[in-house]
Amino acid sequence: MEVALSVFVGIFFAVAIYLMLSKHIIRILLGVSIFGNAVNLTIFTVGRVVREVPPIIPEALQTPDTITANPLPQALILTAIVISFSIFAFLLVLAFRTYQELGTDDTDGMRVAEPEGEPLPPLGY
Amino acid sequence: MAAESVDISQAMVTAPATLGDWLVVAPVAIPIVFGAILLMVRHETRLHAGLAIAGLVATLAANAGLLSRVLSDGPQVMTMGRWLPPFGISFTADALGASLALVATLVAVVCALYAMKDIGATGRRYGFYPFMLLMMAGVGGSFLTGDVFNLYVWFEVFLISSFGLLILGSSHRQLDGATKYAILNLVGTTLFLTATAFLYGTFGTLNMADIARKVDALRETGPLMTLTVLYLLAFGMKAAAFPLNFWLPASYHTPSIVTAALFGGVLTKVGVYALLRVLVMLFPLERAVLSDLIAWVAAGTMIIGIMGALAQSDIRRVLGFVVISGVGVMMAGIALGTEQGLTGTVLYAFHSILVMTALYLLAGVMNELGGSYSLHELSGLYRRYPLLAAFALLLVLAVAGLPPASGLWPKVLLVRASLDAGLPWLSFAILLTGLLTTVAMGRVFILTIWRQKADAAPDGAAPAHPTIGYAALAVLSLPVLLLGLYPEPFIRVAEASATGLLDASAYVGAVFPTEVRP
Repeated sequence: MEVALSVFVGIFFAVAIYLMLSKHIIRILLGVSIFGNAVNLTIFTVGRVVREVPPIIPEALQTPDTITANPLPQALILTAIVISFSIFAFLLVLAFRTYQELGTDDTDGMRVAEPEGEPLPPLGY
Repeated sequence: MAAESVDISQAMVTAPATLGDWLVVAPVAIPIVFGAILLMVRHETRLHAGLAIAGLVATLAANAGLLSRVLSDGPQVMTMGRWLPPFGISFTADALGASLALVATLVAVVCALYAMKDIGATGRRYGFYPFMLLMMAGVGGSFLTGDVFNLYVWFEVFLISSFGLLILGSSHRQLDGATKYAILNLVGTTLFLTATAFLYGTFGTLNMADIARKVDALRETGPLMTLTVLYLLAFGMKAAAFPLNFWLPASYHTPSIVTAALFGGVLTKVGVYALLRVLVMLFPLERAVLSDLIAWVAAGTMIIGIMGALAQSDIRRVLGFVVISGVGVMMAGIALGTEQGLTGTVLYAFHSILVMTALYLLAGVMNELGGSYSLHELSGLYRRYPLLAAFALLLVLAVAGLPPASGLWPKVLLVRASLDAGLPWLSFAILLTGLLTTVAMGRVFILTIWRQKADAAPDGAAPAHPTIGYAALAVLSLPVLLLGLYPEPFIRVAEASATGLLDASAYVGAVFPTEVRP
């Protein structure tokens, strides 16, 4: 199971990086979104995948008597999903506003903050 | 009930938390509470500045109390939910985290003061002050947390607040800059999360103290080198180290000047702090293997950063590149990894937080008085505003590393440490950076303060009185001057931070007192 998931995670990372290498903001954002999901799957996989045994300690014991599912990766992934989802939502709005205002989603054309051919600073006075 | 027979003292802290323990979380809790109050009164914009300054001053007091406790009694720990570490999330304040949090909060107070003038009713209405307080909560949490995943969460907290601050005003330049800043920083923190996932898979724990005591046992079997390189990449991106620095000059000059001041002072230093914490404290041997690489990155960052500053004609863009060059100087100490080098890095971080914020605010005052940020247009400020010229001179000397200001001592320590480590070329790079910084910032000083343009407007109008601007600059200039003239107390704190990083036993002992250690 871990091997299959690892291959899957690898494909996710490859697709994400390929998309993020694009010049177009919308493709980069899709890449970022897949990147976040690749990381979530990584956390899930490194937390060891076991059968769906709830981590409940039997009444008479101090520690569980069988191997139980690890609840921590789920808590980590849930946190990461909430964060990446909210930031992705913000980025989508930001990208759309930028597209509306600047009229392009090509990063080569986005040179408002750093215009090309700016004059050098004064060399004397 | 069977629950009554269970002895919970094996799993939970049974003693009540003392007032001093609460001090560990106060620097994070206070700004969150005030941020929430500010959101509730968002329509009453005239209350915002007072509330925000009160909240930040309270945070500053909590940070000062925490630092004095840490310096006298060693690292302070509070574990959330009363679970015994490593099961609960620990907040662990040591000298490094507490002192950086104190300096960062000081500049935040000054920025909140300056924002009274710089941010109008519209900016307040759209939440400048709540964003600022929540960002400081994130920064404070990053400095004080003792848990790697929690560090990631605080990174995201201050990152998303910084998006809000950066975009406030929605000019074309801001949209352009914020797009690049937001995407690249999100990629950086996602890389951080990737590294943390592998860290968890290797160690089975995320508590930094727990990692520090388990790292020796896992050195033979765990992929620690991979983890270290991933963390170097992720935090290097956050700290704007060459060649991962391109988001910073694309965005830091676009927002309002007080936002730029806060970002330039505080945010990159969080990345440097994370590098110190993870590379130096958790993975010292792996850092030693990478030290040549880090040294080259450091030299590249400082030289290329300052070369960028030389080519700019907008003061804010000059300062953006100077921030990058300072990150390079701090990374030199991380590359060396010796006590003296790390002391220099920590001291440089104090200096850099204060001076970069002060320089951005100085640019703001210059714009207020001279009506521009451009070196082509600003001129003749000395004749009408001699006090401004005095502040400018002090800050230019400070950033260039010349006496009597704060930049001298950290550079002395770092040059000395790199000579002792047998890396003369690294000390040469630091000195060359100092020279080029003197040229770049000296030119800013000469052109804006001394130059008298022939076509300048006659001195007819009454000169303006930027009271708030001068007050903000004075509050920041005082510690800058103090660090230059009487550096011993600062060096002592930096030294305590460096020894705490190199020998983590006090840090580990504070989280795991001997009686519960297995």
